[in-house]
Amino acid sequence: MILEVREIDVFYGSIQALHQVSFEVAEREIVTLIGPNGAGKSTTLRALSGLVRPRSGRIIYQGRELSRVPAHEIVRRGLSQCPEGRRVFVNLTVLENLEMGAYTRSDRAEIAASLERVFRHFPRLKERVRQAAGTLSGGEQQMLAMGRALMSRPRLLLLDEPSMGLSPLLVEEVFAIIQDINRAGTTVLLVEQNAAMALAIANRAYVLGAGRVVLAGAVADIRDDPRVQAAYLGDVILDAPGCGPAAGTDAAASRSREETRA
Amino acid sequence: MAGVLEQILNGLQLGFVYALIALGYTMVYGIIRLINFAHGDIFMVGAFVGVLGYTVWGLPFPVAVGVAMLVCAVLGVIIERLAYRPLRYAPRIAALISAIGVSLFLEYFCSLNFVFGPNYRVVPRPFEVTSFSVAGVTASNIMVVVTVVVIALLGALQYLLFRTRTGKAMRAVSQDHDAARLMGINVDSVISTTFAVGSALAAAGGVLYAVAYRQIWPFLGIMPGLKAFTAAVLGGIGIVPGAVLGALIMGQVDVLSAAYVSSQFRDAIGFSILILVLLVRPTGLLGSRQPEKV
Repeated sequence: MILEVREIDVFYGSIQALHQVSFEVAEREIVTLIGPNGAGKSTTLRALSGLVRPRSGRIIYQGRELSRVPAHEIVRRGLSQCPEGRRVFVNLTVLENLEMGAYTRSDRAEIAASLERVFRHFPRLKERVRQAAGTLSGGEQQMLAMGRALMSRPRLLLLDEPSMGLSPLLVEEVFAIIQDINRAGTTVLLVEQNAAMALAIANRAYVLGAGRVVLAGAVADIRDDPRVQAAYLGDVILDAPGCGPAAGTDAAASRSREETRA
Repeated sequence: MAGVLEQILNGLQLGFVYALIALGYTMVYGIIRLINFAHGDIFMVGAFVGVLGYTVWGLPFPVAVGVAMLVCAVLGVIIERLAYRPLRYAPRIAALISAIGVSLFLEYFCSLNFVFGPNYRVVPRPFEVTSFSVAGVTASNIMVVVTVVVIALLGALQYLLFRTRTGKAMRAVSQDHDAARLMGINVDSVISTTFAVGSALAAAGGVLYAVAYRQIWPFLGIMPGLKAFTAAVLGGIGIVPGAVLGALIMGQVDVLSAAYVSSQFRDAIGFSILILVLLVRPTGLLGSRQPEKV
């Protein structure tokens, strides 16, 4: 296992965002965390990257405890995150954004090689290297954010909602690139609200609801599970305490996406 | 006409000094959204250390400037570590109050007899002052020194921010702390670097100010500090070129209002600009983003 998360609890102030969340990711897998808005998917990734600290539980990455390591050290260990909402540095150029992605590395030749690899995955970025990142379209910003996360040469790449705000065509493109990245040897942990797309490319899935893992298994089993079917076809909200109306709208949203795809 | 041009040159000299202070205000604001009200007092410490350097310690003038910059860089880092970092996640007003506390501490600590003492001191010049005139306009070599030093430091800052890994990291952190952390950037050490750079620039400004205006005391930093703060707000707080632009305008406003209106009204006119900017265009001349409350 490249990553083992064991019973982590995360709090924001007095509000508990994660309850005893456990899951694992094996080398070279694509694992997806799906679930409605507010289920704790992003919080889980933030905990892995050290942006929030679990109050209890363990995060073991490549056999070593991660939950007390500073965020900037975690990147050095080969765990990189492309955050929700892209979070590119809008006033920096595309090239500077990618350079920041390689901040932990010093070998110029290797950085140049990574840059070439990123341009192979995202040829459109190469045409825009001198442009301020804020002038890119949403899809280009998503590609920049993913390219930037790859510049540290991660062994484990965390992707938070890479499909958010993208047109269906771009979503297809981004997901194809995720598969390419994975085939090239990078393990991927993918957080998605677009469950159908995530389940289409992942090996295994965990379903989160109200800060708990409510279901885990191979994607085929998850896809056929009546509760997931129900949740993502929008009839019933996910069978977990505290899934509010947000879950309902989310289910409706993914149903309409399903329909577009069909 | 020559008289007006000379006043404009005087305004330029003062504006350059303000620019060195305003940069620290704006950089610190850019990176942690804090108005560092102790910044003017760092400028004062820089003035004292520089003057002591080339008088009491007998250092060559450029070395004295370097020592003042170094001492203030360290001072800035210590202040951030002790007075601001513990309040990083507290409500913003807490750090602001802490900054005012640091400011008062520096002023009164430096007033102690075993530090700098409470009195005005007249500053000996580190070099002979010579005047020369070009096309009927008289200027001094002090003006030349101030201009050369400030342009050199602005060039160095530009190089740092746009050509070095550290400078790019500073720009990245000023946009998004968490995204910078996800790049493996140590945000705390980038913040420390920002304080070091800003404080060093203020120290250089302090030494130049002392040499140009020849009087120093522990409360020296208050007025230039407020003027430079106004300059930073005028240009757009958090925006580096804005600080320089605002400072050059404030230098002219100060000198021209003292020369052609009344020196008693000089500060009133300067701070009316602050009020006006905050009312009419809180993002400043070069700012376009949403105004931020201090």
